[in-house]
Amino acid sequence: MAMTGVEIFKLLPKTNCKKCGFPTCLAFAMKLAQRQADISACPDVSEEAKATLGEASAPPIRGMKLGVGEKATKMGEENVLFRHEKRFVNPCVFALNVPDSAGDDIVLTRAREVAESEIDRVGQKLRVEAISIEFASGDAARYAAAVKLAADTAPDAGLVLNCTDASAAKAAVQAVAARKPLLYGATAENMEAMAALAKENGLILAVRGQGLDEVTDLTAKAKAAGVNDLVMDGGAKTAREIIEQNTQVRRSAIKKGDKAVGFPIMTNCIREDSMLEATVAAVAVAKYSSIILISQAERWKNLALFTLRQNLYTDPQVPMQVPQKVYEIADPTPDSPLMITTNFSLTYFIVAGEVENSKVPARLAVMDCEGLSVLTAWAAGKFTANKIAQYITEGEGFDKVSKKELIIPGQVAILSGALEDKLPGWKITVGPREANGIPAFLKGRAA
Amino acid sequence: MAYTIPKESFPGKVHEMALGTGDKAVAVGGGKVLPFHAFEGPVSAKPLVAIEIQDVPPADWPEEVRTPYAAVSDDPAKWAKYCQDELGAEAVALRLVGTHPDRENRSAADAVATVKAVLEAIQVPLVILGSNHAEKDAQVLVAVAEAASGKNCVIGKAQEANYKTIVAAALAHNHKLIAMSELDINLAKQLNILITQMGFNADRVLTDPMCSALGYGLEYTYSVMERIRLAALAQNDATMQPPIAGDVGMYVWKIKEVTAPEADVPEWGSLTERGVAWESLTATALILAGANLLIMRHPRAVDAVRKTVAELV
Repeated sequence: MAMTGVEIFKLLPKTNCKKCGFPTCLAFAMKLAQRQADISACPDVSEEAKATLGEASAPPIRGMKLGVGEKATKMGEENVLFRHEKRFVNPCVFALNVPDSAGDDIVLTRAREVAESEIDRVGQKLRVEAISIEFASGDAARYAAAVKLAADTAPDAGLVLNCTDASAAKAAVQAVAARKPLLYGATAENMEAMAALAKENGLILAVRGQGLDEVTDLTAKAKAAGVNDLVMDGGAKTAREIIEQNTQVRRSAIKKGDKAVGFPIMTNCIREDSMLEATVAAVAVAKYSSIILISQAERWKNLALFTLRQNLYTDPQVPMQVPQKVYEIADPTPDSPLMITTNFSLTYFIVAGEVENSKVPARLAVMDCEGLSVLTAWAAGKFTANKIAQYITEGEGFDKVSKKELIIPGQVAILSGALEDKLPGWKITVGPREANGIPAFLKGRAA
Repeated sequence: MAYTIPKESFPGKVHEMALGTGDKAVAVGGGKVLPFHAFEGPVSAKPLVAIEIQDVPPADWPEEVRTPYAAVSDDPAKWAKYCQDELGAEAVALRLVGTHPDRENRSAADAVATVKAVLEAIQVPLVILGSNHAEKDAQVLVAVAEAASGKNCVIGKAQEANYKTIVAAALAHNHKLIAMSELDINLAKQLNILITQMGFNADRVLTDPMCSALGYGLEYTYSVMERIRLAALAQNDATMQPPIAGDVGMYVWKIKEVTAPEADVPEWGSLTERGVAWESLTATALILAGANLLIMRHPRAVDAVRKTVAELV
């Protein structure tokens, strides 16, 4: 359970030495309570107090990294149930599952799909982060070989050992120990051996229970065995069970401070029908899963799931921006219409969409206004005649324009006079106030 | 160690309403908990998908979603019947897009004829949508509300600029109403208040806080819907208790991801699957956020959402 600032203060040395960077121990305690400082900043605190505080000041959902190196993926550390309250922190991991019994060709194909899954979308590189190798052959040597093959083929991917047979898992871990595979995992039957394997090799251990009673039991046992980096799979079989279990876990961890379930959630979304697998995975993305197991990663599916994850993990307080650029729509010629707007992503998407709908080739100059919409940017002094004129004269992408006419949003019609003064030789045309007027506007001009 | 389920109960509720008449009437909305949280209370009726058709052939729809209807889309009545009988639609949404002055500019009388023909062809509930031209919709929707009198349809969309005439028509002819505002919980609330002040009961309104496609502002629609639902339940805000409508198909089937051929963007994979996935995932996200009525286009996306809902209830 989270401690208050005053409770934390009682455990501090109360010397007000300022070594932590705060003026007093009380100020430091308050920051600790808000999770805006770390106890390690205090050089004099007792080990005992540190342990107590460490437990209390830890995030409600433990953070950990899947994989090694630059491409390791952070999981956990979530603070809220709804994204409008505060940003969802660490986007979920997609893990493509392949049974070792499928044969080397299939293992190789799946691992390649993971290795080559990266797509760029609005400036972010998105990918399937992990490959999961399922122990289905019953042959430990075969399993270790398949794991090694997948690991070598997808060198940046996180590895999930989907295996409840402790001796097979052990052989596989030996083959890829340096990659820190996630062990998926520990059941009531194999807990002792799996926990020992995880502890010995510093691995994340996923516990697999049927329902949250059993999960709670398993996390307690794993912790008692000295494994702290845990992931939980409560065995949800349907989309409804995913929502119910995940909501319950997130509430318990965040609202009740229940450490027994304060871990990232792993969800098996595998379905025979790939489209259904996509929508069930979408449920897991929206509703709190940290690792999502899928069985097929077609490119169309990846794009849709990556986009959903990106949308929902966007900071609701920071407007999404698109890069400043002159966007060419439907192969414009040098004398095609040139329109300008701001770089708030929603503004861009709506305006660009309507220009596309008009089927009139055009250029859309998107000006960097720190992600503000047209009227807000104008009011904030970021979308003014001066700044627009400067962008048009000095910015990139205008060299292809032969017709010196600029179409400005109807919302800022007021700027047209000042712009004509600042941009000698340019004709300034006032466009529609609302984006949905653009098709008629452009078609009317083209006719 | 036993796990204690952290159940929450809310003072508020979501209004429940019936659409259509007779055997094929369906319930929308209802419930006292967040979507699909059956572990702590009564949930809403399962989300209703209305398959979208329009009064003129869908020449403006991308090929991927036009093709499945190629044999029937020349005639709205035939198209509606196909949705009901072959696709198992539980509701149909007729968009009178051809009445838009920049389109075919069909008259209110033309629209009335289409609505009558469609109502004649199907038994499932009908959602009747204008062309999203505030002034023309005010004429067209008033006329079709009268023509559909007694059929318990959904009429939409009433917006700030034209709600008075449309509300009066829905009131006079006993229809339900979609009230649309633009991606802002306060605007949604304000419009609902204005409508109820005209004597139109809140339990006959569906609120449409404006849809967006996956990748094109979906997160805004998602969060506005979640906040509306939380306001209805946790704050017991009577103005936020109407069921929520999501006009999914129209926003999805115009973006690059559902039109760009695989040859142009090989990294995006099959165009056919991509289009279906785009509409399916947009719809799935919105039912999690609180949408009770979805208006959708592609038969396979409708099917995927139906299968997902079957797993959710």
